[in-house]
Amino acid sequence: MSDTLLQARQIYKAFGGVQAVTGVDLAIQRGEIFALIGPNGAGKTTTFNVISGTHALDQGEVIFDGHAIHGQAAHRIAALGLVRTFQNLQIFGTLTVLENVMVGRHMHTRTGFVTAALRWPGVRAEERETRARAQAYLKVVGLDGRADEPAGSLPFGQQRLLEIARALAAEPKLLMLDEPAAGLTRPEIDALNSLIRRIQAEGVTIVLVEHDMNLVMGLANRVAVLHYGRKLADGTPAEVQADERVIGAYLGVGWDAAPAYA
Amino acid sequence: MTLLEQLAQYIVSGITLGSIYALIALGFVTIYNVTGIINFSQGEFAVVGAFVAITAAQKVSLFRGQAAVGLEWPLPAAILAGVIAAVLIGALLYRAGIQPARNASPLSQIVVTIGASIALRGLVLLAWGTDPYRLDPFSAGKPLRLLGAVVTRQSVWVMGLTVVTVVGLYLFFRFTLTGRALRASSANPGAARLMGINIQRMGLLAFVLSAGLGALGGIVIAPITFMTYDRGLMLALKGFVAMILGGLTSPVGAVIAGIALGVIESLAAGLLSSGYKDAFSFVVLFVVLLVRLGGLLGARRGPALERAGL
Repeated sequence: MSDTLLQARQIYKAFGGVQAVTGVDLAIQRGEIFALIGPNGAGKTTTFNVISGTHALDQGEVIFDGHAIHGQAAHRIAALGLVRTFQNLQIFGTLTVLENVMVGRHMHTRTGFVTAALRWPGVRAEERETRARAQAYLKVVGLDGRADEPAGSLPFGQQRLLEIARALAAEPKLLMLDEPAAGLTRPEIDALNSLIRRIQAEGVTIVLVEHDMNLVMGLANRVAVLHYGRKLADGTPAEVQADERVIGAYLGVGWDAAPAYA
Repeated sequence: MTLLEQLAQYIVSGITLGSIYALIALGFVTIYNVTGIINFSQGEFAVVGAFVAITAAQKVSLFRGQAAVGLEWPLPAAILAGVIAAVLIGALLYRAGIQPARNASPLSQIVVTIGASIALRGLVLLAWGTDPYRLDPFSAGKPLRLLGAVVTRQSVWVMGLTVVTVVGLYLFFRFTLTGRALRASSANPGAARLMGINIQRMGLLAFVLSAGLGALGGIVIAPITFMTYDRGLMLALKGFVAMILGGLTSPVGAVIAGIALGVIESLAAGLLSSGYKDAFSFVVLFVVLLVRLGGLLGARRGPALERAGL
């Protein structure tokens, strides 16, 4: 078995006349934390979207865990173990916090709707098991005290944690976090940092898009820098920070003294 | 009969009639919440369900006397047959009509459902003709009396079945994996898809559920009012009014508004003139649309409304 969990080769995506991603190659190793960084409009989120199946790819191929996933329906990609969160939160606001996480376990439940409607034996057991596991994931992100509140009523930072708990409930092989720190306060970002490390320690590979350089450089094992839809460089945080093209295009000189949103 | 007894009588009849509107409105809301379209064949589900149940339960001749059917199944089997027939038609409508057009605008998909309702009405006309049909009441016996009002046994069946169905639906949406997946799909289809939920399958399920609800409504009302091939249109319009009054997306709102609509109609028919019965429903709709676009219980005019092109 190869150590590469996700391989993207020469991926292209245009919106109308705008070429958002131009021939990007990525190789993500099992167990690592991989960060995509770059200035606004560099194509990070688009890269995310075409890999996770949210948007269709124009060209190129994406191999995930031995399966070609380009052109696959998003729910199939998710079922293979690639689960993502969103920059703009995508929770189920009208469901309770616990129910959101239970939906995250959807692909690990087998009951079809005919059996569910008739509540055949086993359905109840599965329901109980799903509920218990969802509770456990809420505990991981520290939201177990708010299980029965409507998800839409949580403050922003907690909604983001909820989204991560829901993604974890799907037991992903690869967890893709789109700007997990955006809009969070400093203490919340610190908590997020340790949460992501704990998730990695559980054996989940993580890809994140992030603007907060302190978070990225402290957390990521490897970093890829995108610029105008192309990959400028990739490597360890130290290598990338020393790369002159990256400094010129994005980080600037003495980036670590600048505010998070350079 | 005192005025008070009369009022009680109108209210009881209104609740009975309104229960049917509530069931049909629930079907509208379920499909709308999951797929974003308004299914105008909702009334046809009620008609087909009722006709199939009647055909299974008693001697009927079809196709202008060309085919005589005398199954005379026991009532529960006949009801089940009616519901299953409607469910199959609902599934067929989704698979053959809506799913292939899934990339079209909601308005185009709504037109597909209007087309399907006309086609279904034609088929029912071919098979059963223009004669009114009636199903025997579910249980024989004298009507009951409540506060001076006469409550037929069938009315009790209608109200009871409506309550059981609404409670059952609530439990289904609240406490089953599939019910939760349906709610998730309506809250955020994009995110639901990424959780591994097959949205197309949820759409199919919504049509199947709604068809079953409509059929049940049509079957329980068939012993009270005669069923004719063209009743679907008016039933669908009333269900649609109830859906809008209830706030378009709220199942609870749909049930309350459906029953309220039945009571308003019944009072208007009794106290003013029965000729104005239908007109009243639409006047109520008109007023509510003018005063509160979001319906009585609707929170606000959300993106869902725009999605439907309303």
